[in-house]
Amino acid sequence: MDQVVLNGGDTAWMLASTALVLLMTPGLAFFYGGMVRTKSVLNMMMMSMVTIGIVSVLWVIYGFELAFGHSADSPWYGGIGLSGLGSQVDELTNNGGVYPIPVLVFAAFQLMFAIITPALISGAIADRAKFTSWAVFVAIWSTVVYFPVAHWVFAFGNKVGDVVTSTGYLAGKGVQDFAGGTAVHINAGAAGLALAIVLGKRIGWRKESMRPHSLPLVMLGAALLWFGWFGFNAGSSLAANGIAGLAFMNTQVATAGAVLGWLLVEKIRNGHATSLGAASGVVAGLVAITPACAFVAPWAAVVIGFIAGILCSLAVSIKYKLGFDDSLDVVGVHLVGGIWGSLAIGFFGTSVVNSVGLDGILYGGGTALLMKQLLGVGVVFAYSFIATLIIGYAIEKTIGFRVTREVEIEGIDLKEHAESAYELASSSRGGASL
Amino acid sequence: MKLITAILKPFKLDEVKEALQAAGINGMTVSEASGFGRQRGHTEVYRGAEYTVDLVPKIRLEVLVDDKDAASAVDVIVKTASTGSIGDGKVWTTPVEQVVRVRTGERGPDAI
Repeated sequence: MDQVVLNGGDTAWMLASTALVLLMTPGLAFFYGGMVRTKSVLNMMMMSMVTIGIVSVLWVIYGFELAFGHSADSPWYGGIGLSGLGSQVDELTNNGGVYPIPVLVFAAFQLMFAIITPALISGAIADRAKFTSWAVFVAIWSTVVYFPVAHWVFAFGNKVGDVVTSTGYLAGKGVQDFAGGTAVHINAGAAGLALAIVLGKRIGWRKESMRPHSLPLVMLGAALLWFGWFGFNAGSSLAANGIAGLAFMNTQVATAGAVLGWLLVEKIRNGHATSLGAASGVVAGLVAITPACAFVAPWAAVVIGFIAGILCSLAVSIKYKLGFDDSLDVVGVHLVGGIWGSLAIGFFGTSVVNSVGLDGILYGGGTALLMKQLLGVGVVFAYSFIATLIIGYAIEKTIGFRVTREVEIEGIDLKEHAESAYELASSSRGGASL
Repeated sequence: MKLITAILKPFKLDEVKEALQAAGINGMTVSEASGFGRQRGHTEVYRGAEYTVDLVPKIRLEVLVDDKDAASAVDVIVKTASTGSIGDGKVWTTPVEQVVRVRTGERGPDAI
């Protein structure tokens, strides 16, 4: 076997990508925080921040081993053990082949995905979740849902010679998901739908105004997400190479297409192109191109993004018809965008741009690839939705998941965190003493 | 003495302020207000969800004047604030029993 030696360029790109992906979660906190009312912006942002804390700790203790370990040789999970990651400092990454980057860099990169996925769910239950219950949920959900699902999708196995062991179930089936359309976005979207059902509607939903309190914060969040997403998608190449360049370009143009698609629908339907629409279009496009970014040509990325903008802008209204309060549209954007992007590979995928890619319907590959993609979408959706319903109801029945009516009306920031986001007039607060 | 209260379109404030100063009235209190009259509210759209917002932003301007200046001050405000379109606001006067200047203790018209 050829000896693979550490590559400085690849490692440098992966370190930078890892930091970029981390930035997405605070970006998400701004994106979500701006969309809620002044009385719950801090709680909204704190749900993301505490997720960074919890998942990072779990990842070092057992999360990375559960998702990417090789000890169990199972398609369902990596291995069970308290890794601590100390013994792997000198090892290179082996994920279906040896990559010339340290395994700890790979572990840190994958950690950022494990962080943002549960953070995405928080948008479905804005204004009304007990903070400690959310923290407990994040710990359980990461362990039972994200870590195993990451193994199914992202673990390409431990390759020694020609023998590959411990390949994840969906990866082994040939499901194509470059950066997490299924493992991240469908996973979070299905979980968001389940939690919105478990927690129920906010008091006053559809009766009183729940306008976003700060659209500039939403725009800032969308900008940070867009910037960080280059690490998410182009970093998933695990190398500074042509595939990273393809993923980078596709990420840019799909997102641009989605902004235009979303604004076009708004202009036709409501007569106004809105800033919230533009910011939402950004995220819809980023979500949709995530699974496909290394398997399609840039022209196809524009089409995928444009259609994602149209689809998601229509999908966010479904909750009003079906009557579930997915407060910040985790379902309409992440679930719908994730499904569309994953299935789009079945149409637009081509081996011309990626030697390990497969041809979709438009490239004469028939429906075989689309069927694989449907399998990936269906398995992840079903598992995440059902497991999240069970976890959610278990928390609701034991420690309670939803705040009291009083807390919800007076404001979750003040009651759960003893803080308020804004002091708009000094006279409105009276005196304060330490 | 009279208290004139005027509800105005926010963009008209500067013009009204200057017109009142030109008419010899020095001193006023301005606050941001919201409300509706015949104009009713407006519609805002967030991710396709239309919200009818009842309350429209307005400026509340309050001026204390001597009885003899009241009618002309009201005229100045009405003339300056009018755009002819719905939502221009209202002006009303109320009698004032007593006015005291805090610094000097002057009372009545001298305090205005």
